[in-house]
Amino acid sequence: MDIPAFLDQLVIARLSILKGLGMTVSISFLAICVGTMLGIGVGLALTYGGRPLRWIVRAYTDFIRGTPVLVLVLASYYVLGTIGVDLGPFEAGVLALAVFCSSHVGEIVRGALQSIAIGQTEAAKAIGLTFPQTFFHVLGPQALRQILPAWVNTAAEMVKASTLLSIIGVSELLLRTQELISRTFLSLEFYCFAGFLYFVVNYGIERFGRYVERKTAIPS
Amino acid sequence: MGYTLNFAAVWRSFDLLLEGLALSLALAVVAILIGCAIGLATAFLLMSKSGLYRRPARLYVTIIRNTPILVLILFAYFALPQLGVRLDKFESFVLTLAIYSGAYLAEVFRAGLSSVPAGLREAGLAIGLREAQIRGAIILPLMIRNVLPSLGSTFISLFKDTSLAAAIAIPELTFEARKINVESFRVIETWIVTSLLYVATCSVLAALIRVAERRMAVPK
Repeated sequence: MDIPAFLDQLVIARLSILKGLGMTVSISFLAICVGTMLGIGVGLALTYGGRPLRWIVRAYTDFIRGTPVLVLVLASYYVLGTIGVDLGPFEAGVLALAVFCSSHVGEIVRGALQSIAIGQTEAAKAIGLTFPQTFFHVLGPQALRQILPAWVNTAAEMVKASTLLSIIGVSELLLRTQELISRTFLSLEFYCFAGFLYFVVNYGIERFGRYVERKTAIPS
Repeated sequence: MGYTLNFAAVWRSFDLLLEGLALSLALAVVAILIGCAIGLATAFLLMSKSGLYRRPARLYVTIIRNTPILVLILFAYFALPQLGVRLDKFESFVLTLAIYSGAYLAEVFRAGLSSVPAGLREAGLAIGLREAQIRGAIILPLMIRNVLPSLGSTFISLFKDTSLAAAIAIPELTFEARKINVESFRVIETWIVTSLLYVATCSVLAALIRVAERRMAVPK
């Protein structure tokens, strides 16, 4: 390891690395937001949808979950351009990650809603609550307890998956690192450094997930 | 738009895709076998009473789980040679995947081990078995039954992660798909066929795992 040379180059490239980190954060943030909104819809459709809707959404989630994220990213980038939807690599990549995120969030929401004992719904019906009331006051809060910790995990997954956008040329942290390495040849130092930055972000998210889990646990 | 679907170019190269798929599966199988060994050893370390064993194991699991796999792959292939570790791309990829899955499997196995009732170990001691015999003949077989579902889903996601081997030019399914994409410009067809191959393989694997679960289930 050539520490002085590494520190030198690190100072020179600090802005580039910061921009890359900012890009990684905005990719992940956008993908998580869009993916979560889609995912809640997917989860509701899987749980409460009529049979045709349920089948369509089930096919969608199974297809997305059976395909590697890298294939989704590449397909989104190349296929959308071919059929005339002109998206840049950033938009296409975020879209692919959001779709991936939505299938995971959908499964989390479905699992949480279905794990609530049927007696809860029956009790709500017995005291005369309408379905929206039942959903918002009885099922929703109980489901949220299960959803939140798993959802934070998904967020960490998205940060890790954002590295795949380097392959279609989005200048996020990993691509910036690779450019830096091809200029300085300090591959060991800079891959370690990039890994360290990702670790810090994800470890932060993981700790936050633990905190949420503790907060949402039913006090015993 | 003026794009008509024409699968001829993809069918002509279908053999390549199938070879790529076979390579993907082979990479995943070898990686999970090594990963199981690493994971099992780490799980025992994680459950050890002495912090001397537990802390390094915890550190390994935390670091690997919070670092993107693409960074690990690139690190192993491009940065390790600087330290004098020269592996060809297959070796470095399989090893990275094995170390990566080992961290996830360690948690899976730990959960499986702690779900085996302590009474069984005590019963083993009572009939005069040695610690190693108890582990091999009582705890491991019972643990395997408990962890089979999580082991299966880890294997499926590992199979999907083999798509990242395309980043270091290993000719697996995604790599072949990109090649066909570039050579024939049949963008939509290539990516449809490729994702369907991934989805179909994942469903077959999931079905096989379900069969194994049923056969190993406790008879009622």
